Amino acid sequence: MRAQFVLSEIGVGLRRNLTMTFAVIVSVALSLALFGGSLLMSDQVSTMKGYWYDKVNVSIYLCNKSDAESDPNCAKGAVTSEQRKQIETDLGKMPVVDDVIHESSDEAYKHYKDQFGDSPLAASLTPDQMQESFRVKLTDPEKYKVIATAFDGRDGVQSVQDQKSILDNLFELLNGMNWAARALMALMLVVALMLIVNTVRVSAFSRRRETGIMRLVGASGFYIQAPFIMEAAVAGLIGGGVACAFLVLARYFIIDHGLALSEKLNLIDFIGWDAVLTKLPLILATSLLMPALAAFFALRKYLKV
Amino acid sequence: MIRFDNVSKVYAKQTHAALRDVSLEVERGEFVFLVGSSGSGKSTFLRLILREERASQGQVHVLGKDLARISNWKVPQMRRQLGTVFQDFRLLPNKTVAENVAFAQEVIGKSKGEIRKSVPQVLDLVGLGGKEDRMPGELSGGEQQRVAIARAFVNRPKLLIADEPTGNLDPQTSVGIMKLLDRINRTGTTVVMATHDQNIVDQMRKRVIELEKGRLVRDQARGVYGYQH
Repeated sequence: MRAQFVLSEIGVGLRRNLTMTFAVIVSVALSLALFGGSLLMSDQVSTMKGYWYDKVNVSIYLCNKSDAESDPNCAKGAVTSEQRKQIETDLGKMPVVDDVIHESSDEAYKHYKDQFGDSPLAASLTPDQMQESFRVKLTDPEKYKVIATAFDGRDGVQSVQDQKSILDNLFELLNGMNWAARALMALMLVVALMLIVNTVRVSAFSRRRETGIMRLVGASGFYIQAPFIMEAAVAGLIGGGVACAFLVLARYFIIDHGLALSEKLNLIDFIGWDAVLTKLPLILATSLLMPALAAFFALRKYLKV
Repeated sequence: MIRFDNVSKVYAKQTHAALRDVSLEVERGEFVFLVGSSGSGKSTFLRLILREERASQGQVHVLGKDLARISNWKVPQMRRQLGTVFQDFRLLPNKTVAENVAFAQEVIGKSKGEIRKSVPQVLDLVGLGGKEDRMPGELSGGEQQRVAIARAFVNRPKLLIADEPTGNLDPQTSVGIMKLLDRINRTGTTVVMATHDQNIVDQMRKRVIELEKGRLVRDQARGVYGYQH
């Protein structure tokens, strides 16, 4: 088989079906951009999880004098040194506990002053109004429940608070968006596949004369099908290229420049270029193989060989 | 070259057979006319030889091979040893004469050098030397059929199948085409030609096979078109 002959046939085929080719390129580009976007979104979420889960911990707030008057959990009065000791030893025995820091009310007051020193509220606070607490770092941040069941409601404990649960709302939102992107991607993918099948059908019909003659002179089935399959693959690959460019531009304009989220939200650790670049080969391979396969199966139905 | 053993063909969703119990043999180098009215089974006969269809019963041997036993992917290789010519020429309108002929070689992977050598040769043979760069639309019907014959013959097939090659041509042009087919036959290529053209069959005095309602009703060496004409 001569490459030049096949290539010229592909060019003729793509130009003949210019509108359909364009539709295939756009739909493949859109679906794969969404595909890549959702992959990157997952990466972003797990990067953020890694970053934040590392910093969050479970706080066990102990009752102080003012709690004893107002909070039903502290009805039995402020925490005693015995209760404090018991909590500390119990924490030490738990395998999920990685590290425990005790923060006294004085320390809590100092931290608060450091952070919000200028606010009028901070000025009115006194150290004994601040709660003392145990800051518990877990080996696995998901194991918060173990701590909660062990210490919630115990004498001297005002509350057990998991900082992770605050973050989880955010992650749930991001995950929800991710699933929406995936659903849209699946829909676009179906559209792209149907367009490819239809393009191949039209293309096979408009070239039935050529393919009929090819068959008569003994061209192999592969030789007759190859231009159609490669047409679909070329159109798909162009679409994949567009999708890649889209992702690179998105990373550039959303994170680094333009929106510049990396400057505005410097508490968040963003995905790097490596995360984007490693997705590109996958997208290109998909954009090449998926249309080629779709064309192959469409030809079995619409092209007699 | 071709052997039919008790071949019948019933198309799907049809009750009566297109071919019924046909047995015959065509030897190497023969020139055979296939005659019969429309619907007599001529086209089915040719389609079985080309393995566009498979026989419902019986065996079809072409070029020494049982067509029922050739796997689908080997069919193209078998077809490369056959040339085909049709009433409607089946040329590619957007390719020149030379490109149309070259197409038959390109699709079976002949090298550019081979193509450059054999295309002018075969165009000379069919009497179209000098018209290599014309488009099919610029040619007369007879010339277009010559291009089709050149394309069928360029790969030097052992067997040439012609389905009413003169059906769209005037009598004088038809004679020219027949002379050409006769010449190709003399190079050793077996020719099987389905036709309605009484004059041609009567003039050529070749073997005549007549089909009627799918049955073989006459097989006559040096025959004429029909008894009743």
